[in-house]
Formats: sequence, structure tokens, C-alpha cells
Amino acid sequence: MPEPIIAVEGLFKTYQSNGVAVEAVRGLSFSVQEGEVFGLLGPNGAGKTTTVEILEGMRTPDRGTARVCGLDPEKAGSDFKQKIGAVLQSTSLPDKLRVKEALDLFANFYTNRADTESLLKRFQLEEKRDAFYSQLSGGQKQRLALAMALVNNPQVVFLDEPTAGLDPQVRREIYDIIEELRKDKKTVLITTHYIEEAERLCDRVAIVDYGRIIKTGTPRELKHSSAGTTRIEVRLAKPLTNGVLSTLEGVADCRDFEGTYIIHSTLPPRTIVALVKQLEAENNELQSLEMFSPSLEDVFIELTGRRLRD
Amino acid sequence: MASNPITNTWTLTKIRVRLAMRNRTFLFFSLIMPLGFLFFFVLVFSKGSTGWIGYILGAVLTLTVMGSFWGLSVQLVMFREAGILRRFRLAPLGAGPMLASSILANYLLVVPSVVIEILACKWALHMPGWGNLWAVFLLITVGSAAFSAFGLIVASVTNTMQETQVINQLIWTGFLFLSGASVPLAIFPHWIQRAALFMPATYLANGLEAATTNASTPTEVVTDFIALTLGLLVAFEISRRLFRWEPEAKFPNSAKLWALAALVPFVAFGIYENVAGNRLERIQQNFHSLSSREAPPPPSDIH
Repeated sequence: MPEPIIAVEGLFKTYQSNGVAVEAVRGLSFSVQEGEVFGLLGPNGAGKTTTVEILEGMRTPDRGTARVCGLDPEKAGSDFKQKIGAVLQSTSLPDKLRVKEALDLFANFYTNRADTESLLKRFQLEEKRDAFYSQLSGGQKQRLALAMALVNNPQVVFLDEPTAGLDPQVRREIYDIIEELRKDKKTVLITTHYIEEAERLCDRVAIVDYGRIIKTGTPRELKHSSAGTTRIEVRLAKPLTNGVLSTLEGVADCRDFEGTYIIHSTLPPRTIVALVKQLEAENNELQSLEMFSPSLEDVFIELTGRRLRD
Repeated sequence: MASNPITNTWTLTKIRVRLAMRNRTFLFFSLIMPLGFLFFFVLVFSKGSTGWIGYILGAVLTLTVMGSFWGLSVQLVMFREAGILRRFRLAPLGAGPMLASSILANYLLVVPSVVIEILACKWALHMPGWGNLWAVFLLITVGSAAFSAFGLIVASVTNTMQETQVINQLIWTGFLFLSGASVPLAIFPHWIQRAALFMPATYLANGLEAATTNASTPTEVVTDFIALTLGLLVAFEISRRLFRWEPEAKFPNSAKLWALAALVPFVAFGIYENVAGNRLERIQQNFHSLSSREAPPPPSDIH
């Protein structure tokens, strides 16, 4: 197997917050091969951003090693920065900077420069080339951020929550762009807490929680590992307290998330019939019932007992 | 291959100048307000005599140059708080080009104001001579850079915009009233004059006043030039070391003492001037000679 382009081993990082030590990353290890789209999937506060920022050379780990393109991000300096591109989670540009100026400005800092005209075209920003940054919509700002991440034809692209806070249509546009990066055989490390994003875009996913990786694999492998169950989400008129749902036919697992019961079933039709009968017997009513094919969310629930959005 | 810091500095300088030119607030504070001060001071203090105009020009040029201090600190903190600096941090740039481009862009923006103020004095207010433009040029150049660097230190040691504004206000008040830029130093009690010799602004105000009023040559203002140059070099190095890209990278209070090291050259010059120098005598002589030369005629002479 070729040498991984990103190699992380035993990474630890602790912050001080109001005098309290918060362990953001606790012994994280993973590797990414060249040309792979690798996702770190986890809830907010799982340590994804800290990990990516260590890999970008913007933070110093307390312990452990990180290598990107064979270089130590913290120590390699300018040579390292020439090789990477990134979309940061929280960043901005001066309000009065024009779109084309921003691309040209950042391209000028690199020795290997992409054609900024082509980037404008590729990211559908041609019409906005003379617009000020402050005049762009959220989606346009994010497209510009993605274009800026590519001004140096990077070997590795880091995308930290690239679609967070964007509406679904813009999110899909960003997905198309990332899929193009995959076609271009770019190595991409993406962090996200959106299941759909990880499933659709990533070749491999590492599920992260409380600063640790709890499972790694292709989305298909991970979903198969969740025992092939179907997720049934149910809201009821009256709460159930006696754990009766766990005893219904086909139920592999049942958890209560603030009034929404998430049932994992190996026999969904039978479980639903049994559920309806049980509710009738208890003089209770269904308020809503939704069924989902196995997803990475189910894997996350199985492994952590919590939902990703918690 | 590493990117070139000089090219990067120039790239950033050009974009900073462009951004400033698109900012109406900047244009008001850097061009219109100093001109307003100039005409106001002339109206109030010249007493109809053109002899004072050179003196007032020196003071207004000092205010224009000192404005670098305020503008740069606020801009840098704003950029840091908005997360703009962290985007630049991803690029192969060091703190040096970021800070040097701030100073250079500020200088390129100060020069047109200075030229307009000098031309306004000469052509609209009928200033008798030009002063010594070489000395003015040298002091403006090094003064603008030094005060920019002081501003960058303030930006580095403050954690929030509010803190920056408070510290700026405190320092600015001292610069404004104790340097001779707004109130002639010669009219203050002697102990204040002695204390003023420890302030960077005094060397700028005094040097420019000498160059515009007495046409002092670069050689004659060399002490002011050296004091400001040393201040610039020390302040730039300190600001480079203290520079922070990240908004959450808070600065420990103990490290703020570092900022005081920027005053070392001025402490040295202050001690020298207090012990062995004759700067205060020259300031007094210049002011009194100008006052007696240009005093309005006594009432008894008016027929």
C-alpha cells in the first residue's frame, strides 16, 4: 500500500476554558490515501475542527504526530502551505474586497497558481467577479471560499463543515463541486455533521465522538455494520415508560430521544403492525411515524447512544 | 519553492491601499479632517499673520502622521476579530509581510494628505516659505512608519476592539496634548515639558515644527529622525513577535509588559535630553521668537 498522504497518530489536544481543561482531541489516529475523499463525521464539539486545524498547521497538538504530504504541518511552514488548500469553518474577507481581486490576491502568494478566470467560471462566480465580498450571499461566499482553496492547485484540500448553515439547494451545489474534486483525484479531508454529506461525498468516513474515532470504514461498510436494521422514528400522543417498545417483534434496539422513539428493526412491517396493536391496547395514538433505510446516523446511535445533532 | 516575502508585502500593500480608497470613513479622517484642522487652527491662532502658518502646518502634519497609530491598531483588531487574519494565515505568509504591508500602505496613504496640507498652506493660506521639504519628507516617512508600528503593538496586546479603543484613547490623549501637536509645549509648566521628552510624539512634533517653521535641514533634525527610527525598529520587531492571527488567541496580561519595551529608545532619548540636551531651550526660543515676531500690534499703535 502506498504511503498515506495524511497520517495522524495518537493526536491529543486540550484547551483551557475558564480555567477548566477541555479535551478536544483524545488519541485520534487515521490515515488518508492520495486521491481519497475522507470524512470526519461527528456532532459539534467532537474535535473535528481541532483535528483539521492541526493538520492545516494552525494549531499545535499536545501529543501525537500528524504528517501531510510527508511534512509536519506545524514545522514545515511555507513549503507545507504551498501544498494545501482549505475552507475554514469560521473566516471572512474584507467587505470591500472584490471576488476576482480575492482570487488574484491569494493566488499571488503561491508559486503554483491556478488560472483564476477558470476558477471563476468553474464556481459560477463570473457574474459576481466585480462584486464586493459583503454583497455576496452565503452560498456565493462559500463558493468563493472553495475557489480560494484551489488557487494553488493543492495536493490536499481540507474542507471544514463546508455546507454548515447553508440552505439545501446551495448545499447540493457545494456537493457537486466536491464531487468534481473527487473526479479530479484531489485528496479531500472533509468534516461534517451531516449524514447525507458523508454518505454522498466520502470514500471513507471516520465517526468521531468526544475527541476519539469510534469507527472507520466506507459508508457502505459502516451501514452494513449496523446489523442491517431499518430505523423507525415514532412520536406518540402519550409517553411510554414501561419499555414495551423494545419487546415488539423485530425490534433490535429502541431509544427515547426527548419524546421521539427511535426503533431499529430487522422486520419493519411486523414491528409496525405490533406497534399499532400495542398502542390500541394502551389507548394511545401515533402522532407520526417515519421509516429510514440504514444510515450512518444509525451507526452513530448504535455506537454512542446519541443522535448526531445532539 | 518558498514564496517571496517582499513580493507578498507588495501584493498586500496594493490591496490594502485599494481597500482604504473604497472606505469613505477613511477618506474623511485622512484627507478632510486634517484639512479642517488646518484651516481651523489658522483661523483661530494665526491672528491674521502668515508667520504662524508654518508652525501650524508642523502641528497638523504631526496629527496626520500620528493618525496612523489609531487607524492601524483598529484595523488589525477588526481583521482579527472577523476571522480575516486566519484566512491569510493559511497562505504561505508570515507576520512580517502582514505587518510591513500595513505600515507601507499607511505611508502611501499618508503622503497625499501631507502633500495636500503643504500645498494648501502655501497656495491657499500664503505660507511665506516651503520650510525644508527634505526634512519634512524624512520625518513624515519615519514618523508614519513608527506610529504605525506603535499601533500594531496595541493591536497585538489587546484582546478586543473595546480594549483597543480604550488603550488608544489613553495613549492618543497623551500624544495629542503633551507633544506640542495641539498645544505648544512651551506654554506648559516645566515639569510637563520634561516629561514630554520621553514621548515619541514630541520628537515628531518638534522635528516637523522645526522643519516647517525654521526650515531646519535634515542634519538639524537628525536627533528626532534617529529617535523615531529606533522607535520604529524596536516597535516593528515587538509587534512581529506579539502578532496573533487568531481571535481566540488571547494575550496574557503579563506579556503586555513587552509592549513597554517599544518605549526604550524614547526613555533613553528622554534621559539624554533632560540631562544634557537643549531641546527644551530650543522649543522655548522658537515659540517666543515666533510670538514676538508675529504678535499683533499693541492697541496703542492702532490709529
